[in-house]
Amino acid sequence: MSAATHASTHAVEAAETPLTPESWGKLGMWIFLAGDAVGFGVLLAGYGIMRASSSDWPNPYDALGINLTAAMTFLLICSSVTMVKALEWLGKGDRHRAINYLLYTAAGGAIFVSLQAYEWTHLIHRGLLINGNPWGASLFGTTFFLVTGFHGLHVTGGVIYLLAIVRWILNRPDPAASYNAVEIVGLYWHFVDLVWIMVFTFLYLL
Amino acid sequence: MATAAHKHPNYMAIFWWLAILTVVELAVVFMPMSKVTIGVLLCALALAKAALVAAYFMHLKFETRTLTWIAFTPLAIAILLIFILMPDSFAVAKKTEGGKAAATAPAKH
Repeated sequence: MSAATHASTHAVEAAETPLTPESWGKLGMWIFLAGDAVGFGVLLAGYGIMRASSSDWPNPYDALGINLTAAMTFLLICSSVTMVKALEWLGKGDRHRAINYLLYTAAGGAIFVSLQAYEWTHLIHRGLLINGNPWGASLFGTTFFLVTGFHGLHVTGGVIYLLAIVRWILNRPDPAASYNAVEIVGLYWHFVDLVWIMVFTFLYLL
Repeated sequence: MATAAHKHPNYMAIFWWLAILTVVELAVVFMPMSKVTIGVLLCALALAKAALVAAYFMHLKFETRTLTWIAFTPLAIAILLIFILMPDSFAVAKKTEGGKAAATAPAKH
């Protein structure tokens, strides 16, 4: 190792990021979410274009129904609130309450995915398939299952992520030691909520 | 700890805003308005809700401005993609019409 290599390595290792001084992990999560949002953005843009160029696109409201989904939307907003509460309690040094609120959040996510499974089963029985449906354009089913499925996988991953962070807190007696980890899982969870707001509007309401 | 005060906005107020905007969205669907008006209103409401979540729940309002630019990039890319795909979308529609016309024309003979 030459002295020059050592110096250049040292030069790029800044002690803190100017964007998120608290942690590099937070910047990492933001960049991951931006990339993930491109994935959702592409799916939704593709959906919009296919729907606009189709002459027999079914009316989503008639085909899907929105009562259950509206309740699911409300559930996800509630889980976002329990998520911010978890971080708030951890900031106040109360690990016990923070863990409880993280578990409420995870439970909200688990119920959401269960309701989605119920909804899918119901719709499949009514004839909505990935390659066809009784109401019109077959791409209606394709885009529906792809977009809600991609989001459902994110919620499932989020529940596992939340439970992993609960374990992380349990292993660290000092609340300050897990603050960053909880803030970062919170970013992910709110992002999943934000995406659902878009999916609900574009796939169910419009 | 000057930033700590900023970091805890009134979360319950944001929650109520999100709940109210969701109810407004559901109401807009049943309003006796043109499809375009409903579409524009729904898009605006969805973006407002997304902005509330990002700004307050994700603390974007209290972060460096550069982070907001990072967060906005996907939205810009998605909108750009719509414009890129638009000509294709119309081309397909035109071709289908042409195809239909060609298919029905020989039947007249």
